[in-house]
Amino acid sequence: MSTETLEQPIVKKEKSEGLMSKRRRKFISDPLNDDNPITVQVLGICSALAITLKMEPTMVMSIAVLFVIVFSNLIISVFRNLIPNRVRIIVQLAIIATLVTLVNEVLKAYYYDMYKVLSVYVGLIITNCIIMGRLEAFAMGNKAWDSILDGFGSGFGYAWIILAVAFFRELFGFGSLFGFEVFEAIGISNFPNNGLMVTPIGAFMILGIIIWIQRTKTGYVEH
Amino acid sequence: MRQSNTYIIIFSIITTIILGGLLSLTSVGLAERQQIQVELDTKKSILRAVMDIQKGDDVLGIYGDRIESLVVDHQGTRVENDSEGVPLIAENVSIEKNFKLDPEERLYPVFQFKGDNGEIDAYILPIYGNGLWDVIWGYLALDKDLNTIKGVVFDHRGETPGLGARISEKDIQSRFVEKQLYDQAGQLISVSMLKGEGNPPESLGVHSVDGLAGATITARGVNNMIKDYLSYYENYLKKISS
Repeated sequence: MSTETLEQPIVKKEKSEGLMSKRRRKFISDPLNDDNPITVQVLGICSALAITLKMEPTMVMSIAVLFVIVFSNLIISVFRNLIPNRVRIIVQLAIIATLVTLVNEVLKAYYYDMYKVLSVYVGLIITNCIIMGRLEAFAMGNKAWDSILDGFGSGFGYAWIILAVAFFRELFGFGSLFGFEVFEAIGISNFPNNGLMVTPIGAFMILGIIIWIQRTKTGYVEH
Repeated sequence: MRQSNTYIIIFSIITTIILGGLLSLTSVGLAERQQIQVELDTKKSILRAVMDIQKGDDVLGIYGDRIESLVVDHQGTRVENDSEGVPLIAENVSIEKNFKLDPEERLYPVFQFKGDNGEIDAYILPIYGNGLWDVIWGYLALDKDLNTIKGVVFDHRGETPGLGARISEKDIQSRFVEKQLYDQAGQLISVSMLKGEGNPPESLGVHSVDGLAGATITARGVNNMIKDYLSYYENYLKKISS
């Protein structure tokens, strides 16, 4: 876990603020760009490489991660004052593991084709550092609504990056998007599929390019 | 804040009970639905060996109309009941579990595919074996002459993506169609993938198909799996051909 995840608990304000005040909007907008879990904090790389081969499983994975991160953030935040400090990590882990298993069981019952593709990686959400990082750094010290927003922020921050990677990998690796043959539809039937994109190396390269572009724009430098 | 050990222990026990209870409830609640999905998936792959299945096709309907299944033993004799006297259902015979037994003791399901006129058009046999990293399996559809391959499906658990994992792709599987298993004397030759990919089509006889670049061991696993299972089913196939 990199040090950037350690945030100061936000000081309580006296007056009640709006559900979407400026401070709260930042919980959602920050992880999308300036504090993106994948490109800036460099967490969750393993799953970003493994499941971004095609758009559809990536979409399902994004939804699964979003569900787990929002609900685990909420649950931990609600019980944050009850959770004994000395066993807090294992409590967080137990809650994440329960939610992940729920997702897996539901996938198996209603979306079996995706379950076959994703089941290993859905299980690995448990060890996704983004989720543990948010629970430890944010939900343990903030109120429920703030934690939900933070969960959405980090979830979407993760989702848009892996969807972007999957977009390029499926497009150039298979010539399709969501299984729809794009190049054939626009009349290029002999488009050569790029074998590199099919391997995790392709994901690394696209991820690297995204990080490059993003850091050029935001001026972020690793310390 | 530092809590007492008693508090921590009680908190942990309660958390465990709540989370554990939640998981068991989900598991029990969804078990039936998951069972249906697994069954649907098996039937889908059986049918895929002989026909194209599109999204939205009524798999169970087609399966019910077209497939008639039975279970045979190593001698090729039909087995009606299991050791406890319960009637066997071919779809529920686990190939994976039987694979761990001696070939002589295994149960072998056979799925007969009926054509439009109700006559048996193809025999679909399950196959199972070892790939490079983990097990591979599939279904082999034999034409009614019991020599020509009508179609195959393969699946795998952990073959290398882009290399060995390609055995689950349709264009690889279609290479097996129309290949033959026996020579003129009736000896089992089976059909095997060659080493390397891009072998000129004229160099492929009726007993070989083009290989997989970078996946020689997976291809060897496929070859062994087909040949082994054909030899296990040989008694049965001889019986029905005579």
